[in-house]
Amino acid sequence: MHKPEKQSREPLFHVVKRDLIAPQKALLIRVIAVLAAFMLCAVMAYFFIGANPFKFIKTVFSGAFGTTHRVWTLAKDSAILLCLALAVTPAFRMRFWNLGADGQALIGALAAILCASGLGGKIPNGVLLIIMLLASVLAGAVWGVLPAIFKAIWGTNESLFTLMMNYAATHFVTFSLLKWLVSDGSTTLSELPFGHLPKVYNEEFLVVLLSVVLTVLIFIYLNYTKQGYEVSVVGESENTARYIGINVKKVTIRTMLISGAVCGFTGFLIVSAFDHSITAETIGGLGFTAIMVSWLAKFNPLVMIVTSTLIAFLERGGAQISTDFNVSSAFPSLVVGLILFFVIGCEFFINYRIKFRTSKKGGNDE
Amino acid sequence: MNPFLDYLFNALALGVTFLYGSTGEIITEKVGHLNLGIPGIMCMGGAGGCLALSMLNGSGLPPFLIVLIAIFATFFSGVLMGALYSFLTVTLHANQNVTGLAMTTFGVGATKFIISKLSSPYQYMYAIKYFRFPFSSTTTSLQHWGIMFFLAFAVAIVASWILTRTRVGLHLRAVGENPATADAVGINVTAYKYGATCIGSGIAALGGIYYILDYSGSPEAYLQIEALGWLAIALVIFALWKPYLSILGSALFGILYIASSFLPNLLGLALPQYATPLLKMLPYVVTILVLIISSIRKKRENQPPASLGVSYFREER
Repeated sequence: MHKPEKQSREPLFHVVKRDLIAPQKALLIRVIAVLAAFMLCAVMAYFFIGANPFKFIKTVFSGAFGTTHRVWTLAKDSAILLCLALAVTPAFRMRFWNLGADGQALIGALAAILCASGLGGKIPNGVLLIIMLLASVLAGAVWGVLPAIFKAIWGTNESLFTLMMNYAATHFVTFSLLKWLVSDGSTTLSELPFGHLPKVYNEEFLVVLLSVVLTVLIFIYLNYTKQGYEVSVVGESENTARYIGINVKKVTIRTMLISGAVCGFTGFLIVSAFDHSITAETIGGLGFTAIMVSWLAKFNPLVMIVTSTLIAFLERGGAQISTDFNVSSAFPSLVVGLILFFVIGCEFFINYRIKFRTSKKGGNDE
Repeated sequence: MNPFLDYLFNALALGVTFLYGSTGEIITEKVGHLNLGIPGIMCMGGAGGCLALSMLNGSGLPPFLIVLIAIFATFFSGVLMGALYSFLTVTLHANQNVTGLAMTTFGVGATKFIISKLSSPYQYMYAIKYFRFPFSSTTTSLQHWGIMFFLAFAVAIVASWILTRTRVGLHLRAVGENPATADAVGINVTAYKYGATCIGSGIAALGGIYYILDYSGSPEAYLQIEALGWLAIALVIFALWKPYLSILGSALFGILYIASSFLPNLLGLALPQYATPLLKMLPYVVTILVLIISSIRKKRENQPPASLGVSYFREER
């Protein structure tokens, strides 16, 4: 009597944690997720803005790759995104939620602009660029290390602390514009003629090159140095780190110094290569997108080249949709948001396996 | 009117936005989920409400019904966003921080998209005066105090009561403290997590429509909601995870947030123009101080729920 009763109570399927998944299979699941999300975007675009799915896909691709200029813009966007993603990665490997990349980069940009407007014309451009670079890196590091110090000593919640520092930075930029940079009481700073990065081939090339160099440096730092190893251990377990004699406080503060400094460096790149000016919106939420880029790449700097290009591609393509179909400029963030949901969701199928009652084993992809 | 009272009433009115957001976030955090999507959810609430109002425009329904439907639509958009968040974090065990950030990115973008789609943003603005139902005159400092204003206090007090005085609240807190133990005594962990997150998101969403229609009176106001949402999340720590304390906190944050437009006038100071952004920094700096002080004090009864931010998988040891 008991046996059949038990069987009828067994659920249709249950979820088991996977031990290890073949990298090819994990990659396949992710690619399927991105493609599925992209299809959904095309379908939704058909219903909401009346875009034929084929035309939709064509527009997205032409927006990203249509002309040489667009390809370079895409390269520039991915390079900036990549730099910010690289900046937050050491902190995330340590399980330190640095949500303040926006503020750290903005303060770096501000430091560069202040140097350029104060010293520009008085010293040679090369010297000025070096001073701007140092000021940016220092400012970003200071902005990033403040939350880390409090986190290290008292365990202050770092995600909210860094978030608040973003808004503090935005208002500080407005303050600086009013007090020091613009004299007529407005907050629009016209392009400064000083402190431009030299053009190598074109405006974008040098920045793209620097971002690749930075990727390699961060990759080596995280994977092949003692400090990078310490970061990973602290991220895995603070108790283990303490047990083997790692000074957790020191590692926390040092890692955030690096994270903030790289953010500041990105700010320097943005203003010295492209903007030559600053507003409170200069970074405009890129810091959050960078967190996604870093997380999608599983905190691996080399993979971030791919993920940052993917996100930048979607943003550029989405922007093209906005212009061609005359819809709100918010369309790109909708597309990116949807894709993120799919990729976040698909992690489940990488970490877990669904086992069906009929003991039919095997993975279930999406 | 007395300028001091004017300042205070305005601060209270703005504070209600924080109150909705933080009450919703407290309920979500009590069940162990740190929802960083609250700013996006509040935006989406505003968008959902505006969408409903614009669809009902000219439908000939009685005004109070239109307002009721709009409030319901707002709540429902919040619940939908909460359901998406719960599906990803509860069922699919996704990282809560990343999911929350993605919700915010998506919510802010979707709101901009929806509000730009509404053919004429001002066609539904006539309904505002029904949101301000008890005091519909427009010139006094009490102009923001409508049904939504009082609803926020009611929601916060009821939430406090449910969390601390009822069996549902006890179960809810048990899930947030230790889901494995709660599961062992027969509490349906998944149902509580879904329920609390969805209702919390719905409540937070009401803050969005309140800010857009009641407080600022312009749909363009959704641009400020993101900053307000982050402050609402920070307010949870200030309120020590107790909704009745967040009434106090939201009033304080309201006072700080609008200090730049009221304080110089009140003190009779003629501050230079560049002082405004410094005053606007106040709420963020004070939040940072609150975070630091609460982390230094570390009282046992003032700690976050023990399983906050950790996803629960029954088969894991």
